Amino acid sequence: MSKNGKYKTAPLKCWARVKELRKKYYEDYAKAHDRNGLRWAGGAWSFSAIPSGLGEDVWSLTSEPYAASIAFNKEFSLRCLEATEKAGYARDLCAYMRNYWGSIILNEYAFGGTFPKPDFIWQDHICCSHAKWYQVVCDLEGVIPHFSMDVAAGPYNEIAPHKIDYLVNQMHDGIEWLEKTTGRTYNDELLIEAVKNEFRSTSTWAEICTYNKHVPAPLEEKTMYSLYVLGTLDKHSREVADFYEELRDEVKDRVDQGIAAIPNERCRLMSDTQPPWGFLSIFRYMEEFGAISVGSLYTYGLIGIWEDKPDGSWGPRTTPMEQGIEIKDRDQALRLYADWTLSKPEWQHFYSPHLKTEMMARIAKEWHLNGILLHYNRGCEGLSVGIAENRLGLIEAGFPVMAFEGNMGDEREFDEARVRVRFDTFMETLGIKKDGKS
Amino acid sequence: MRMITGGIDIGAKTIKVVLAENGRMLAKCLVPAGLDTAAATQQALDEALTSADLDKDMVDLFTATGTGRKSCPVTDNEITEVGAAAKGMNHILKSCRAVIDVGAEEGRAVRCDENGKVIDFAFNEKCAAGAGTFAEGMARALEIPLEELGPLSLKSKHAVPMNAQCAVFAESEVVTLIHAKTPREDIARAVLDAIASRIISMLRKVGFEKDVALIGGMALNPGFVEAMKRGLEMDIFVPDEPEYIGACGAALAAAE
Repeated sequence: MSKNGKYKTAPLKCWARVKELRKKYYEDYAKAHDRNGLRWAGGAWSFSAIPSGLGEDVWSLTSEPYAASIAFNKEFSLRCLEATEKAGYARDLCAYMRNYWGSIILNEYAFGGTFPKPDFIWQDHICCSHAKWYQVVCDLEGVIPHFSMDVAAGPYNEIAPHKIDYLVNQMHDGIEWLEKTTGRTYNDELLIEAVKNEFRSTSTWAEICTYNKHVPAPLEEKTMYSLYVLGTLDKHSREVADFYEELRDEVKDRVDQGIAAIPNERCRLMSDTQPPWGFLSIFRYMEEFGAISVGSLYTYGLIGIWEDKPDGSWGPRTTPMEQGIEIKDRDQALRLYADWTLSKPEWQHFYSPHLKTEMMARIAKEWHLNGILLHYNRGCEGLSVGIAENRLGLIEAGFPVMAFEGNMGDEREFDEARVRVRFDTFMETLGIKKDGKS
Repeated sequence: MRMITGGIDIGAKTIKVVLAENGRMLAKCLVPAGLDTAAATQQALDEALTSADLDKDMVDLFTATGTGRKSCPVTDNEITEVGAAAKGMNHILKSCRAVIDVGAEEGRAVRCDENGKVIDFAFNEKCAAGAGTFAEGMARALEIPLEELGPLSLKSKHAVPMNAQCAVFAESEVVTLIHAKTPREDIARAVLDAIASRIISMLRKVGFEKDVALIGGMALNPGFVEAMKRGLEMDIFVPDEPEYIGACGAALAAAE
C-alpha cells in the first residue's frame, strides 16, 4: 500500500536503457557517414527491414517520431513551423511534416548539429501527406534517390493472395532499386534476420500491451510513448526486439508483484491518435483524479501486431518462427513480411472508421475502461479521419467519451487550459473528484 | 435541519451569487465581473447576504462554478458549469433532459438524466460565433443597444441567410446587408438565427429529447429564444431568471 494511494508503484528498471537506445539511434544516423555507412529516411510505417539487406552499416531516420521529438521541444518546434510557413507551405498541412521540413529549412538537427541529409529515401504511401512528404524534402535538399511503395491493399479482413503479390512485387522492385542506387550487393541473410527481428519486436510489444488489462495497470500511456517509440524507430533491429523481450519480462513481473503505474488508479481511460506532444503534462493532470490512460489503439496498434486468440481475446500475433516456419529465401521473407505488416491494426481504419470503432470498443471492454478520450487532431489527416464516427460508435457501445481539439505537432492549436476544464467536466460526469476533494 | 448554502457563478462578464436554504432560494445578486474578480465576487456576495439578512458565517458551505471558479475567493468546493447547469435545471424542471447554456463567451449543450446527472456535453469554445459576445458585436454594428436586438428581430417578416461562420466576417456581412438596405429587423433575425444554428448543431451532437431548457444570459433575448424554437422545431423551456441557474446549481451542489 502506497502512502498516497492504494497501490504500490515503482519506476521501470529498464528506463535508462530506453533512453540509451533512442539516443544511440539518432546519433548513429547522424554519424553514419563518419563510418562510411549509409543513411536513409522514410516513414515509421515503411518496410524498414528491407534496407537492412544492404549491410550492417545502414541507419535510418524515421520521419514521424523525429517530428514528434521536435514537437516536444516547443521552442524549436515553433521555429520549424514558422520557417515552413515562411517558405510558403500551408499551416493546415500535416504537423509532423511541417516540423520535419522546418528542421531541414533551418538546417538544424533536433539532436544537435546540422540536418543530416539522407543518401536515399525509402517510403510508403499510407496517407496523402506521406505520399508528398519526401517529394518536398527533395525540393528542399536537392535530388535524393526516392523509392515509394503503394500500400493500398485494403483492410486485412479482406486479404487475398493477389493483394500480397501487389506489395511483394513492389518490394522486389525496391530491392533491385536499392542495389542500383547504392551500388551494393543485397544480402538476403540480413533481410531474413531483420524481418524476424520485426516479427519478434512487434508481437512482443503487443504482448506488453496486454499486461495493461490488469488492474492496476503496470504501465501508463505517457511512459508507453517513450517505450513504443523504439518500434517506430528501429523495429527490425535485434536491439529493439531484445529490449522488448526484456521489457515484457519486467512488465509481467510488475503484474505479478502488483506494481502499479500510478498509486491511485481508480478510473481507466484510453486516448486516441497521437497526443499533443508539447503537452504531455495533461496525462499527469489526469492522475490528480486517479485517472490513468492505459493506452490506445494508437500505442497498441501502430507497432503491435495482434490476432484473435482462441479464448476470444486480443493478443500478440503468433510469429512465423513460433509457428515453426523456416524462412529460406527472399521471396518467402517478403511474403511473410507483407502479410504481417498489412495486419497492423493502425492500417485498418484508413479503409473504414467502423473497423477502428470495433477495435477501440474491444480495447475498452477487454482493458476494463471507464471512458475514452478522443483527440480531434488537426495535425494528422490520416489518423484523424473518421474520429467523429468513432465517437458515435463508442457512445452507442456504451462508453463515455470526451472529445477535445488539438494538434499533435503544432502547439498553437492546443489550448491546455480549456482541455483541462473539459477534462474536469468529464471526470465530474463520471463521478470522480480530484484526490483530497470530498 | 436548516442548511444554508451559497452558489457563486463566476462568468466571463458577470458574477452571480445565489443563497439557498434547503434548496429554496433566499437571495440572489448579479454584478459585472470587471477586472478584479475577487472584489466583484465579494461585492455580489455582500449584496446577496444583505438581501437575505444573513452573515457570511451563517452560510454552511459555498460552491463555485463558472469559467472563473478557480479564482473564487470564498468557496469550499467547486462544480463545473456543465454540472451546475444540469443540477440547477433539474431542480426547477424534473422532466428536463437537455440544457442549452449560452453565456457571454461560451455556449454549452448538456444532455442529462432524470436525476440531473450529465450524460454527455459539448462546448463551443474559442469561437464567438456561438455566444453572447457575437450578439453584442452585431448589435454594435447595427448601432442599437443589445437589449433591443431580440425585440427588433421579432418584427422581421423575412429570413435573411447569414453565411459567415466567424464573428469577424459576420460583422462585415452585417455591414454589407446594411448597405444593401436590408431591413434592420431582418438583419437582427439573421444574427440570432446564425447563433441558434451553431448552438443547435452542438445540441444535436450530444443528442437530446424533451424537455429542452435554455439558460444563461442569451436566454433573456426573446429573439434568440424564438430562433432556437424555429431551429429545433419544438418548444423550449426558459426558466425565470435563466442567468442564475448555474449559481443555483452550485448552491444545490453545496448542500449535497
